[in-house]
Amino acid sequence: MLTIKNLHAEVEEKQILKGINLSVNAGEVHAIMGPNGSGKSSLASVLAGRENYQVTQGEVIFKGLNLLDMNPEVRAREGVFLAFQYPIEIPGVSNINFLKTALAEIRAHKGLPPLDAKEFLKMSREKQKLVEFDAQLVNRSLNEGFSGGEKKRNEIFQLAMLEPALSILDETDSGLDIDALRIVSKGVNKLRSENNAFIIITHYQRLLEYIVPDFVHVLYDGRIVKSGTKELALELEEKGYDWLKEDAREKATTI
Amino acid sequence: MPNDNEIIDNIANKEYEFGFVTDIEMDILPAGLNENTIRYISEKKKEPEWLLEWRLKGFLAFQKQKLPEWQNFELPPIDFQKISYYAAPRNKKKYNSLDEVDPELLATFEKLGIPLSEQKALTGVAVDAVFDSISIATTYKDKLKELGIIFCSFGEAVQEHPELVRKYVGSVVPHSDNIFAALNAAVFSDGSFVYIPKGVRCPMELSTYFRINTENTGQFERTLIIADEGSYVSYLEGCTAPTRDENQLHAAVVELIALENAEIKYSTVQNWYPGDKDGKGGIYNFVTKRGICKGANAKISWTQVETGSAITWKYPSVILQGDNSTGEFYSVAVTRNRQIADTGTKMYHIGRNTRSRIISKGISAGHGNNSYRGLVQIGPKADDARNFTQCDSLLIGDQCGAHTFPYIESKNNTATVEHEATTSKIGEDQIFYLNQRGIDSEKAVALIINGYAKEVLNQLPMEFAVEAQKLLSITLEGSVG
Repeated sequence: MLTIKNLHAEVEEKQILKGINLSVNAGEVHAIMGPNGSGKSSLASVLAGRENYQVTQGEVIFKGLNLLDMNPEVRAREGVFLAFQYPIEIPGVSNINFLKTALAEIRAHKGLPPLDAKEFLKMSREKQKLVEFDAQLVNRSLNEGFSGGEKKRNEIFQLAMLEPALSILDETDSGLDIDALRIVSKGVNKLRSENNAFIIITHYQRLLEYIVPDFVHVLYDGRIVKSGTKELALELEEKGYDWLKEDAREKATTI
Repeated sequence: MPNDNEIIDNIANKEYEFGFVTDIEMDILPAGLNENTIRYISEKKKEPEWLLEWRLKGFLAFQKQKLPEWQNFELPPIDFQKISYYAAPRNKKKYNSLDEVDPELLATFEKLGIPLSEQKALTGVAVDAVFDSISIATTYKDKLKELGIIFCSFGEAVQEHPELVRKYVGSVVPHSDNIFAALNAAVFSDGSFVYIPKGVRCPMELSTYFRINTENTGQFERTLIIADEGSYVSYLEGCTAPTRDENQLHAAVVELIALENAEIKYSTVQNWYPGDKDGKGGIYNFVTKRGICKGANAKISWTQVETGSAITWKYPSVILQGDNSTGEFYSVAVTRNRQIADTGTKMYHIGRNTRSRIISKGISAGHGNNSYRGLVQIGPKADDARNFTQCDSLLIGDQCGAHTFPYIESKNNTATVEHEATTSKIGEDQIFYLNQRGIDSEKAVALIINGYAKEVLNQLPMEFAVEAQKLLSITLEGSVG
């Protein structure tokens, strides 16, 4: 589904990604871990097409298409979804109206007519239930006055509504208490299927107890320095990142 | 991906879609202003002596007054001698039915989306169409007459209901109120007149559409709406003008009178030609609008969506004289390119237990400058008066300006006055968030703007709320900041 080859990117002329290689197939869940400032969120931003990130080298192929050629909204319509680390508040725009617009755009891209009001409402109710999202929040202004946890849960509700092929969860677990974490994870697990894929960016192993990844990658200084299965996450939890940093430095000097 | 500068340039280049000119034979009074101008207009309209006298008093007041200096913009010099004060389509003095109206005129209004034949008209909306100085058609007049409702041009009201006009004209905005109101009193040409009898709820929206067509003319219309005891009316005005390099003056006066238990809802969608991207041309929209809640429990509500004009300068106000009366002001004002808006309201609390509510939403883009100016005055007898003011500014780009000048004067310590204000920017973060959900930048801005202005747009009559929403989106097309 997604192939990232030798991806280099910079922000304000500072090199952030220094050659990322990653391949994600449908039905897989990949976890990306790493210390602060290693480039995890930058990778998410580059994939979603945030304006201030410049790709200087490499390519990203998504469903056979060159992802980097597309505007952010086209990437979204093709099925790339970013659950934001800090979801944005938009006063006056109702959550449900926003979702209706978004869904209509995505459907139009696929050549489908918008859902009629009744179908849309039905879908919205089902998905609210699926991800345990409070019905009251659906009609409020988009994220306005939501608590941190409510915002994160709204991201998962949107994910459920828009049914993307590839979901990137950028530190969705940060700032969540244990109950919210459980609800969010449960939602994600229900949405997992053999047709979609997830990239879960996280700091801690905690989230991975609930959402079990197929692969774990460690990002350090703009590169993936180690890949493995879920056991790697446990190892990291135990040993921290320092041993990998040493490793990476040695590698860098030998090259 | 377009960057901010490109997008901001886009708005600047966005063209005004109502800029066409209708080619029609006109009677145009040569430019110039003196007593004879006024006598000419009055005679042309076959006015009674008392009205001519009133006009002349207005002219005297105009000559004595100076242009204001307190506004938050530089007032360009206006040569009142270079304006023609009367321009009317030639041939018919008075149209008895729509069949007699010049087809060119009907076509003009059709093009503006205001079909005047009743078969085609919006159901539930009666329209008075004003072309330069005169009213050319009023729809659904007979149907309204059955209920005793008078809806006609001001000129017609002078002929047919002189007692009502004489009693109320100038009773809310006196002939000497301010220099532009005085000028209007002297040279006003036409406008709309509405009278709703006791206990009648007007079953349709009444609407006047103002069109300036002729070069170097000014439009000076006067609107007078009287809602008798226990009646209700909702009224809407719309306006457009051709694209021209010269500035044109629009100095209107609107007077609203709500008697006991009556309610008047007055909505404006103003889209006069705003001038080009360098600020050349455009309408000077200097209007005096004031209503009085004369009796107890009366209510007056102003709603305005201001997207056009080079300069918009007006403060629709309410005098809350009757006990328990209510005044409301809901406003969205957009300025882009070099547009200027200095607008707001005044609420004069005189009666006991009077209420007022002010919701003002300014949107500035390009080099636009938006000022909110408002006065809340609580008189010594206004026990338990209450006011709530919310005044928000939204900035798009970093070349525009937003200012607020709230004045509060309270002479009664039982009054409650609240003022809230916010300033925000449409953030790149907001746009990107919506992009990431499949919504392009144009739509994202429209969504954010309409969300921001929702509280005001919701006040518009249903038939026009959608129009206004579209107008806002078109006006700000491409204005990502």
